[in-house]
Formats: sequence, structure tokens, C-alpha cells
Amino acid sequence: MNGSSGVRLRQWWATPVARALLALLLMVVIGCLFNADGAFFRWSVHRDMLRQVSVFGILACGMTVVIITAGIDLSVSSVLALAAVLFAWLLLPLGWPAFLAIPVVLAAGTALGSVSGILVARMRIQPFIVTLAMMVFARGLAKVVSGGRKITNYVMDAEGTARVVDLPRVFDLVDSRILGGNLSIVTVIFLFSVALTWVVLSRLRLGRHIFAVGGNEEAARLSGVPVRRTLVSAYALSGFFAAVAGICQAAQETQGDPETGMAYELDAIAMVVIGGTTLAGGKGSVVLTLIGVLTIGYLQKILSLNAAPEATRLMLTGAIIICAVLFQRGKK
Amino acid sequence: MSSPEGPPIRSVEEGGIPDHSGPGFPVRPAPLAEMLGIRKSFGSTEVLHGVDFEVLPGEVHVLAGENGAGKSTLIKILSGAYDDFEGTLYVKGEPHRFAHPSEAVTAGIATIHQELSLVPSMSISDNLFLGREHTVALGRVDFVRQEEEAREILGKTELDLSPRQPVEDLPITAQQTLEIARALARDASVVVFDEPTSALGEQEVEALFRRIRELRARGRGIVYITHKMEEIYRLADRITVLRDGVVVRTASASELPPREMVRLMVGRDLDGDKGLGVEASPEVVLKVEDLRVAHPRLRSRFVVEGVSFTLRGGEILGLAGLEGSGKSEVLHALFGALEGRTSGRASLAGTPLPLRDPTRSVANGMVLLTNDRKAMGLAPDMSVAHSVSLSSLRRFSNRWGWLRRREERTAVERLTRGFRLGAPSLDAPVRALSGGNQQKTYLARCLLPTPSVLLLDEPTRGIDVGAKADIYDLMGEWVRSGIAILLITSEMDELLTLSHRILVMSRGRVTAELSRDTASKDRILEAAMGHGRGAA
Repeated sequence: MNGSSGVRLRQWWATPVARALLALLLMVVIGCLFNADGAFFRWSVHRDMLRQVSVFGILACGMTVVIITAGIDLSVSSVLALAAVLFAWLLLPLGWPAFLAIPVVLAAGTALGSVSGILVARMRIQPFIVTLAMMVFARGLAKVVSGGRKITNYVMDAEGTARVVDLPRVFDLVDSRILGGNLSIVTVIFLFSVALTWVVLSRLRLGRHIFAVGGNEEAARLSGVPVRRTLVSAYALSGFFAAVAGICQAAQETQGDPETGMAYELDAIAMVVIGGTTLAGGKGSVVLTLIGVLTIGYLQKILSLNAAPEATRLMLTGAIIICAVLFQRGKK
Repeated sequence: MSSPEGPPIRSVEEGGIPDHSGPGFPVRPAPLAEMLGIRKSFGSTEVLHGVDFEVLPGEVHVLAGENGAGKSTLIKILSGAYDDFEGTLYVKGEPHRFAHPSEAVTAGIATIHQELSLVPSMSISDNLFLGREHTVALGRVDFVRQEEEAREILGKTELDLSPRQPVEDLPITAQQTLEIARALARDASVVVFDEPTSALGEQEVEALFRRIRELRARGRGIVYITHKMEEIYRLADRITVLRDGVVVRTASASELPPREMVRLMVGRDLDGDKGLGVEASPEVVLKVEDLRVAHPRLRSRFVVEGVSFTLRGGEILGLAGLEGSGKSEVLHALFGALEGRTSGRASLAGTPLPLRDPTRSVANGMVLLTNDRKAMGLAPDMSVAHSVSLSSLRRFSNRWGWLRRREERTAVERLTRGFRLGAPSLDAPVRALSGGNQQKTYLARCLLPTPSVLLLDEPTRGIDVGAKADIYDLMGEWVRSGIAILLITSEMDELLTLSHRILVMSRGRVTAELSRDTASKDRILEAAMGHGRGAA
């Protein structure tokens, strides 16, 4: 083997993206080995994986931003549920047009995220506790909005007579596929979320401030970085993406379920961490998260293709998260 | 190769061979620690190219060299932080290769790091026995015995403290004394001091030196790393100069005059202390009246009490005082970093300052360089380029916050070129840089917003002579361009050379204002200890 190319390979191997890609590649190789009688080689399997992983991926985008500030957002799953319920409620019983309902839902998610951010930045409460409280609160709020039931197109009037309303076109649109059925709109929204997050982190002043606050908050403050505003923005962004995910969720389920998305925040965190963004803050990227989302997506797909029972699936997922993180850290 | 007398000093430059019989040691005692032909690489770059180094009993051996010369790496090998090196390390004649710092401690090598290694929330006694607790049955810690022994250890120091007191309550000097006491309690034969005075005031330095001389008298071997010339010649028996991973000379202190040593360290001649030779303009840039800062916990007490002064364009105003005099707080308060504790009036070029918003301060053209680069200055994972531009991002972005990255990059490149910044690349993380280059990165951040007032707290702390000279040159340029500097430095010579005027503080108040002509070490120290004749 050529010496200099060996060195270059070793340098490349040390970059976080390379490690995350190798973890993903390893997952694909495992898929090829346990291909469930060739099922893994069918294009439709990969297409479905992308669609199934998209809602989680959208949450993971906001989670990445918050984790880079050395925080965490446990409330995303509840904000997602609230957004789903609110979206369904505005469209179905109230009959709002989608172009009005969508901004309102996004604003609601952003507002809830901002509240978390303000509590973290102004009141100096730990992010874990703030967002744990917000997780419980937003779930409760979702139940208030829905009256504790699922909101479907089976609508109850004020007099108590039930009727069925037509599902608005936006539900079908979000759940539909383009490019000959190969790319679902939810996946497009996910990829768009990744792009938006990338722009924020890599091209905007806010992104630099986010990395600075996560890397050394005191240093950031004494360099003139508006630390509070930065933290509020990060949590607001996470709330925004949770609302986007909530709209997608409602469209896919064609209803607003206040119980939906339970424990999704854990998957989102796992996807960020498996990509190689550390919880310590100050470093990471949404590209890593994208790779992490695909890695977990393939893991779930391989397990379900091979008809692994739920119990095995959970245990393997836990074990593989640890292995992937260790693998990425590599030898010091 | 060697002449009959033998060269008195080893020198790679002169092609000398290792000769251990230094002139001060006609009968050579066995070295306590000896390192032979040490080579060490990080990745594909070798940073030590066959270094020989030894410590004899009863000597203070200063290890000198610029940042990046390999001093830290050598010390880390000695203290057990690295075990993947070539060459041999002998401790008391036995070859060793420490896989872990605790093994070095067991072998009798104690290291007092620049950053203290005590656990702040734990008690003095717990810290003294950290990692080697006295235990009774079932691994329970014998706290009673530990406390007794801790009291004994404390008794041998000048510290009048209870072993139960948490370490975080102690001033930094007491913590350092404690670390030394811990090293002695572990029966260390070699004590390594890695820039121990960087956080100390003048009096505390004296106390430390007394302790080091005691150690020497008791036959311990001391390795001492410092960038302060004065310290080297007050302490050193022998000096080893490292440059670029090679020993350029080992000689007794009396045979290596300062000028020669600096030349060896830097590899070029430096023109000496000439002062900056810039006159301040008559125009007042910063006016401070009755500045007060409340104590962080006891709100009725003040750490800064009624400080007033003016700062003119192109002026360097030195701020002197012992630790705890409130000088750093003055800088932080002016910058607006002590929100809620600050009162008083200050105006920058006629505009009143809010004294509570660092972001506004930077926008107004006032920046702060803190005395703790690690805790308050840089984010270790951020790239050099991004670290430098952090305070100036508003200038490089449009109103939507979109960054003009090419413009930013050009400005950072232009500025860092003037700093002679030694970084593998501007995209490398700050953590990959040596201390001096990190400091230059930090300074560059303060300069990029083109401030009108620079608040500098120990701008040359922990950096080598070469980098210091660079920074003095830069300060001259800044002052010439009309920037006003409020300067804190614990190096008296630096303060006296650079400042136009010096304010001396003691217990939160200004006790003297001295002009360049009237200032002297004695007068500053006198006023700092509270015997001043009142502010002028």
C-alpha cells in the first residue's frame, strides 16, 4: 500500500463524517447479509424506509440545533402531538383552509419552543428539566385542544349530530409521492428541513452563535454573543420543526391523535447522537444527523424485514446505539 | 570529539555529546529522573527529536522554550500522560514507562499543573487523599484518620485551615500550596512545576519560591517551567533550552545570560525593551466615575468601591494591584459583564455606557480580553477562523444574518498574518494550537471589530518571549492607530514599560496614580498593599 495515501486515508477516517458514513455502510452491509430472501435488495424497501424515517428526521433536525448549544429538547414529541391535533382541528371541524392553518400551527410550535428557550436562557433552569416539563405540559395541551379524543373527519356538531367531512386535499398531498411514486412528500419535507438547518448552522450568524454558546457559554457572552437570544432561537427552531413533523404526522394518520408520537424524542436524540454530534455541545452538524437518521432507519428496516420480534428489536436498537457511538469515537 | 576538559555545556548546535558532569557538580550525584533520546510523535509529526533531560537531587532545573518547543510534551511523558514514546525514562536508575499518571506519582514524580487538579467541591482532606484513600474494612474510607493526617500536613504549611473546608472556598494560592503539600505527602522525589505563577500575585509568588527553595534544600529535584525571565534567574540552578523538539543547550544558570537564552529559545535576536514610544492624544475616550461593583454573595460589600478615571485615545493605562484588589472586576464591570452588581457612570466618547450588556459594549467599540482564556475566552472545538471572527460577525453579515464568508475569511487572514499565528490551518480547532497561539487567536478576536477601547487582562499570560515580543509590537501598532488600552498585567516590567500611567488598586479603591516617570516597583507595591497617598 502506498504510504501517503495511507496517511490520507487515516486522516479522512478521523473525520466525523467518515465515521458516521462507515457506521451507515456497516448497517447496509448487515442488511445485505440478512437480506430476508432478497427483500433488502428491492428498491421499494429503501423507499419505504425513507418515508418511515422522515418524521423522526424532521424532529432530529431541531434536536441537532439544541444539542449543539449543549442542551436537550425532550418536548418535541408532545409538541408534535399538539401540532397534529391543532392542525386536524383547524382543518376538519373548523374547516380552515390549509394556507391559514399551516402558519398558525407552525407559529404555535415555535411559540412553545420559545417558552422553553426563555426558561432555559432567562431563568437559568436546566434544559433537561425545562423540556421535561414542557413535554408533559404540551401533551396536556394537546388533550385540551382535542377534548381528549382523536380528531378525525367524523365531526360532531354543536347539537351532537355527527357528520363526515371530506378530507382536505392537503392531507393527501403531504402523504403522496412524486417521481413515479419513488419519493414521498414527507421525505421531501425532511430533506428540506435538513437543508434549512444546514443553512442556519453554516451560513447564518445565528449558527456561529449557536456553536459558540455550546462550546463555551461564558466565552461567548464575553465575546459579545447575545447568549439568551441565541438559546431562545435554538429552542424555538426545535419547536418549529416539531410542528412541521406534527403536520406530517397528522397527514399520514389522517387524524389528530393527542397520544401520537409518544417517545419520539428518544429516537430523535438517538439519531443525532448516532450521527456523532456529542451531547457536550459546541460541535456537530446536521449532515451527521442525516447519516444518523438513515443508520437508524436501516436498522429498524432490517429488523422488521427479518421479522424480529418487538422485544429483540428494542434490545438490539439499544445495543447498537452504544456500539455506534463507541465506534465513532474510535481509538483515542 | 570532546576536548580533554570536556565542554561545560551540551549543545546540539555545537555538536557536543551528552556530558553529564556539569560544572556545578564536580562529583555527579545520581539523577533522580533521567530521560534519554526521547522521541514522540503525534500522528505523522514528530514533536520531540531525541531529547535528553535529567534532574539531580537538590537542583531547580528550568525547562525553557517557546510555546510549541515541546516542553509540555516532555513533561507529560515524565508525568505519565503519554506512554507511546521512543527512548528511555529512568527514575532513580530504574527504567520506567508510565501507562497512567498515577504510576508516575507512585514512582515519586509529582506534577503541579498550570491548571490545578483539585476537585473544587470536595474538602481539603478528601483532596489530599484523592485516589489513595485510607480505607478500613469493606473499602470504607477512614475519614477520621485522613482528617488527622490532613491536619498534620496542613500544619507543615502556612495555611491555617480546617481539613473539612471545601477547596472551592480557598483562594488560588492556598489551593496551589495544598497541591504542593499533597505532592510532598506522597513522598515525591521530583516535583514538576508547570507555569505555577501564572495565576499568582507578587506576594504569593514569593511564598511559592520559599516553598520551592525548601524542597531544594531537602534534596528533591525540581523541574520548573516558566516564561518569566525574572523567575528563571531567581530560581534556576540549571537551564535546559528546548527549541522545535531539540535540546539546544543545557547549562548552569550562571553561564547562560538572559540575552543568550532568549536568542537560543527564539532562534533570532530580539531588540530589547524599548517601550512603545507613542504619545497619547489629548482626547478623552473613556470616562469612568464612581464605579462600584458589589460582592457576588455579600451584597452589602463592594469589591470595587468608587473608582474614577479617564482614558485618552492612544493611551495605555496600567491597572495594578494584588489578587483580590478588584482590578479585574473593573474591566468586567466596564464591559457590562457584571450585570446587576455594577453601579456608577461611564461614557465612551461622550456616549453613556449601560454597563450591563456585553453585546452592546462590543457594538460600541469596547472589547474585553479576560485573564482566563480557557474558561472565559475560547471554545476548544471551534475553528481558529471562527474564533477570531466571533465578535465581528455583525460586520460580516447582512441584516438577515446571512454571513458574507469570503469577506470574513479575507479579514481574518489579513489580521492573523500580522499576528504571526502558528496554526496548521485556520480551519483547525483551537484546541490543536499551542498556548501562545491560542492567546494570539484570542487577541485577534478582540482586534477584529476595530475597537476604540481594549480592556486587556493579562494579555501575555503563559506565553513565551517570542510571542510576547510580537504582542508588544502589535500593541504599539494599536495605540498608534488611536486605540486606548486599559491593561492589567502581573509582570511588573511589562506594566512599567508599556503604561503611560498606572493606577494602583487596593481593596477595591484606587490608592495611587503614577505617571510613567514616577512609577517604580516599590511605589506600586507600596500602594498595592494599601499604603498609597490617595488617588491623584
